[in-house]
Amino acid sequence: MTTLALSGTGRRRIVGDVVAGYLPLVVATLIVALPLLWMVLSSFKPAGDIVTQDLVLLPSRWTTEAYTTASSKVNFPRLFLNSALVTIVGASIKLFVSLTTAYALVFVQFPAKRIIFPVILVALMVPAQVSLVPNYVLIAGLGGINTYWGIILPGLGTAFGTFLFRQQFLSLPKEILEAAEVDGAGHATRLFRIVAPISAPTIATVALVTIVNEWNDYLWPLVVTNSASIMTLPVGLTLLKNTEGDVSSYPVLMAGAVVVIVPVLILFTFLQRYIVSGLTQGAVR
Amino acid sequence: MSADPTIASSRPRTRSRPLWLSTRRRRDFWAFLLLAGPNIALIVVFCWRPVILNLQYSLLDWTLGNKRATFIGLGNYIEFFTGEAGRVLLTTLIFTVATVGGSMVLGLLLALVLNRRLFGTSVARSFAFAPFVLSGVGVGLVWMFIFDPVFGVLSIILRKVSLPVPEWFSDPRLSLTMICIVFIWKNLGYCAVIYLAGLQSMPAEVMEAAALDGAGPVRRFWWITFPLLSPTTFFLLITTILSSLQAFDIIRIMTPLGNGTLTLMYDVYLQAFGGYNRAGYSSALATILFVLLMVITLLQLRFVERRVHYS
Repeated sequence: MTTLALSGTGRRRIVGDVVAGYLPLVVATLIVALPLLWMVLSSFKPAGDIVTQDLVLLPSRWTTEAYTTASSKVNFPRLFLNSALVTIVGASIKLFVSLTTAYALVFVQFPAKRIIFPVILVALMVPAQVSLVPNYVLIAGLGGINTYWGIILPGLGTAFGTFLFRQQFLSLPKEILEAAEVDGAGHATRLFRIVAPISAPTIATVALVTIVNEWNDYLWPLVVTNSASIMTLPVGLTLLKNTEGDVSSYPVLMAGAVVVIVPVLILFTFLQRYIVSGLTQGAVR
Repeated sequence: MSADPTIASSRPRTRSRPLWLSTRRRRDFWAFLLLAGPNIALIVVFCWRPVILNLQYSLLDWTLGNKRATFIGLGNYIEFFTGEAGRVLLTTLIFTVATVGGSMVLGLLLALVLNRRLFGTSVARSFAFAPFVLSGVGVGLVWMFIFDPVFGVLSIILRKVSLPVPEWFSDPRLSLTMICIVFIWKNLGYCAVIYLAGLQSMPAEVMEAAALDGAGPVRRFWWITFPLLSPTTFFLLITTILSSLQAFDIIRIMTPLGNGTLTLMYDVYLQAFGGYNRAGYSSALATILFVLLMVITLLQLRFVERRVHYS
C-alpha cells in the first residue's frame, strides 16, 4: 500500500516538474534564444535564402557576403571604433567622476551636503528625451555637432554610479579611514589606496553597467551626429537601414545587428554576475 | 557661508576646536569641490538647466536652427491639448499598461518557475535576463526581420499553416501590438530576476505552515506569496513605468514614422528632429513628460518612506 502511494506521488511530482517546471523553462529559453540565433544564422545567408519566401533554416551556403556588403554601405570598422572610443572614454570618465563624488559625499565634510545628494539624484529622473532640445541647442552652439566630445559630454554627469558607490562606502568601517588620516594620508591616498581597492566588486559593477549603457546609447548620438565618420554603431545601423530599402538586404541588417549585439552578449556571458547585480540594485535591500 | 545647521548642532565645541581642525575643515571644503564639483556641475548644466530651459522654450514658436523665435505664451500647450493629446496620451497609456503589465505578469510566472529547485534554472535565468542589456537598435532590427509580412520567419510559418499574415507595419494597431511584444521580450527577464530575488527572501516557515494547513499551491500563491511580494511588485511597477515612459530605440527603428506608435516620449523626438524642427512645441511635450516622470518618482519616494516607518 505505502509503496504504491509513494510511487503515485512520485510520478505526479515528475509530471508536475515537467509541466510546471521544465516545459516553461525550455519555452522561455527558446523565446529568448531563437530570435538571436535567427539573427546570427541570417547574417551568414546569401540574399537568395531570404527572397524565396520559403523557410530556409540554415544558410544554403555559409557566406560573409552580408558583412562585406554592410561594410561597403557604411564603414563598419570605423563605426565600431567610434563606438569603442565613445564607450571607453565616456565610461572611464563617468566611473572616475562617480567614484570621487561618492567619496566626497561620504567622507569629506562640506556645508549643506544633505541638499547636494538630491541635486545629483534628479539626474536619474531626467531622460535624454527631456533634455534633448536644450542640450542640442547648447552643444550645437559650442560647435559640438559631429564631434566625439559632443557625443560624450552631456552624458558625463552621473547619478547611477554615485548612488551605488555611496551605498557601498556608507557600509565601510569608518575606523580604517580615521587611522589612515592620523597617519597623515590625504584624501587622494585614502580614496585610491584604501577605499577603491576594498570596493573592487562595486567598481566592476558600475564599470560594466556604464560600458553597456554607453555602447547601447542611441537617442543623443542620433541627434548630435549625421556624419558617417563620427557616428556610433547604433546610429550607423539606422543609416544602413535607411539606405537598404531593398528587402533582400535583411542579411546585411542582421550582420549589423550582430556587430552591435554580440560584443555585449559576450561581456554578459562572462561577467553577468556584476551586470545583473548592478542593474537590479535597489530592488531588494 | 555659515555651516549647515545639522553639522553645527552635532558639533557644539566649535569655538574651542584646535587650529588643525579648522584648517582640516577648510581643506575638506576645497577637496569636496574638487572631488564632487565636476559631477555636480555637469548634472546642473545637462540635467537641471534643460528642465528649466524647456519651460522657457515651451512658450516659444521656434524652429530649430532659427535665430528668431516668437513668444506665444501657452500656445504650444493649447495646441497639444486641443489637438493630438487624446491620441498621443492614449497611445502612451496603452503602451505603458501593456508593456508594464505584460513584463510583470510574465516575469512573475517565470520567477515562480525559476524559484523551483530544478536542473538548469540558473542558465535559464541568464538567458532570460540577456535581452535586457542588448542594444535596442539591434533588437529592433532582428524583430523587424521576424515580423516582416513577406520575408519574416513568423509570416512564413503562418502561411505554412494557412493562417492570415497580419500587416504588422501598416496597421497602426498591430504596429503598437508589435512594439509592445518586442518591449516585453526585452524587459521580461529583468522583472523575473527581481521577482526571483523577492521570492528567495521570503520566509520558508510561512509557506511550510500553509502547506501543512492543507492550502494548495494556487491558494498559497494568492493568499501568501503574492501579498508578501507586494514591496517587490511596487518597486517593479515604478521602475518599469519609468523605463516604458523613456522607450525610444525600438520604436525609432521599427516604426520610424510613429504610425500607431506615437507615444509622448517619441513625439518629443519626432517634433524636434523628425523633420518638423519644432523646438518650442517639442519642449512643451518634454515638460509634460518630465512632470509625469516626477509625479511617479514622488509616489515611489513616499512609498519608500512609509515602508521605512512601518518595518
